[in-house]
Amino acid sequence: MPPSINHWLNQFCAWVDQTPLSQIIQTKAWIVPTVQSVHILAISVVMASVLMIDLRLLGVVGRDQSVGRVAARFLPFIWWPLLVLLATGAVMIIGEPARSLKNNIFQLKVALIVAAMIVTFAFQMALRKRPAFAAGAGGRDAIAIAVVSLVLWVGIVCAGRWIAYS
Amino acid sequence: MDLNPLFHWLQDTAVATAIRENDVLFPWIETVHVLAIVLVVGSISIVDLRLLGWASRDRPVVQLLREVLPLTWSAFAVAAIAGGLLFSSRAVDYAHNFFFQGKMVLLLLAGINMAVFHAFAGRDLPRWNTSDTPLAAKLAAGASLTLWITVVAFGRWIGFTLH
Repeated sequence: MPPSINHWLNQFCAWVDQTPLSQIIQTKAWIVPTVQSVHILAISVVMASVLMIDLRLLGVVGRDQSVGRVAARFLPFIWWPLLVLLATGAVMIIGEPARSLKNNIFQLKVALIVAAMIVTFAFQMALRKRPAFAAGAGGRDAIAIAVVSLVLWVGIVCAGRWIAYS
Repeated sequence: MDLNPLFHWLQDTAVATAIRENDVLFPWIETVHVLAIVLVVGSISIVDLRLLGWASRDRPVVQLLREVLPLTWSAFAVAAIAGGLLFSSRAVDYAHNFFFQGKMVLLLLAGINMAVFHAFAGRDLPRWNTSDTPLAAKLAAGASLTLWITVVAFGRWIGFTLH
């Protein structure tokens, strides 16, 4: 990172660290484990939903129903828990700003999340604009979306665990 | 029965020692454990929400179970093996940790809840198509969700209380 951004990031972390909200998160010992538990529960719902859609895209599970139908069932369980993940993630960042924002693995995780959201959005566009794709005849595109999204989400979970070790 | 000699033996094995002393073994096994438990809890919640009538109502329960349960069991096997390896690295400390003990009890209760559900609901399952599920099934699903949420919370608290 350029030195100026690094300097700005240091100041920002130092400022967040001194805010009343950060101080509360740092002093009340139950907040972080509680928020982390909710974070894990929310990613559980997302991962299982992603896997169900991706397995249908790969033709492994539920071939008697269209991709569109499986997606309609599980997509809300990706987007809504994502809000919970962002909110609980924000609490963890505010509680320990330098440990997260200045952490390379955390920065990688953010990039992976953005990529996973773009892939999910592209998947929804394909469902809407290509009836054959929604019906289940997505061919190589369907397989590509399934594989890329699985790799991204598994990477997000791995990165999440490794923030604590890097 | 005093299990402490067993725990001491376990954490002195070559595998447990390697996990304890190596820099990356523990985090990687823990990452696999988290990935697996995420899939266990997520897939079970799909079934429980369907039984409660809150989601997937357009899918017959039997079909949903057939799609989801193989995932649940595979992921559970991975979580149990990875969890066992993590446990072995500091067996005595884990065995004496309140949240570890609680997590094992909660897992046992979740298993009993599931066994009772399948024993009693097994024959009725094919009839729950897009119709409503009976109250007993909803209660079992509610118990299951509650138990798994506490399993995750207890699991997370182990990391904050093991010193």
